[in-house]
Amino acid sequence: MTKGERDDLDSVFRALADASRRELLDRLHERNGQTLNELCARLAMTRQAVSKHLGILEEANLVATAKRGREKFHYLNPVPIHAIAERWIGKYERGRLQALADLKRGLEERDA
Amino acid sequence: MRKPEFVYVTYIATTPEKLWRALTDERISEQFWFGYRVVSDWTVGSSFRLMQGDRIVTDEGVVLECDPPRRLSYTWKPTYEDMRHEAPSRVIFDIEPRNGQVKLTVTHEQFEEGSKVFESIRTGWPAVLSSLKSFLETGRALPPSWTEEHSTIIAAAAAKACL
Repeated sequence: MTKGERDDLDSVFRALADASRRELLDRLHERNGQTLNELCARLAMTRQAVSKHLGILEEANLVATAKRGREKFHYLNPVPIHAIAERWIGKYERGRLQALADLKRGLEERDA
Repeated sequence: MRKPEFVYVTYIATTPEKLWRALTDERISEQFWFGYRVVSDWTVGSSFRLMQGDRIVTDEGVVLECDPPRRLSYTWKPTYEDMRHEAPSRVIFDIEPRNGQVKLTVTHEQFEEGSKVFESIRTGWPAVLSSLKSFLETGRALPPSWTEEHSTIIAAAAAKACL
């Protein structure tokens, strides 16, 4: 692993270590391509805080942006999370993990 | 103004020129794009085709922008039976050098409401772009991930049957 790759991984984990930033990613997962105003409207955070968190997420490549006219849209970028999964989850384990996750969800829904 | 539906960013340890060649050379694209070839003379207004072998055209379009090695854009219209009635969408590749690596942003936009093409590219691009990154960094492309996805679907169906 090169120093660059280590730095990238550090910045991803640092970015994910904050509950507010994870909440921002959850919002983008629900609806991709939101402006700063749209994100602020649904969160109990100041505009400055949201803007700062988005900067850290973008720096870690967890958020990608696209500008159209004067609007800037934010997108959840799954690339670094996929790379982390690739590193520790083997090709043949994936199917079994998915089956276990489905089983857990199925049982929990049935009990609910 | 309408926002893009799909934006994807990956950093690749290569040069903008090599990345540009990979995106525009049919023999190179064949190696990482799971056997598909990008065919065009890359002049604005010329045709773009994604081909399997010499005869099968799976996507066709028109070159909209060609600014090597920075920005490439073309329209995208699959020829598959259940998708070919949809209006063409638009794909844009932006290439920027960044800290000794290259930042590749792929934007795909202007889909119809409820587009089947959007559903197919949403899982297609991540597989193609991971393979492109691996190919440029290690010389080895990745196997198509849809065979893996298929095995996941089978495992999930098996789990449901157990309930």
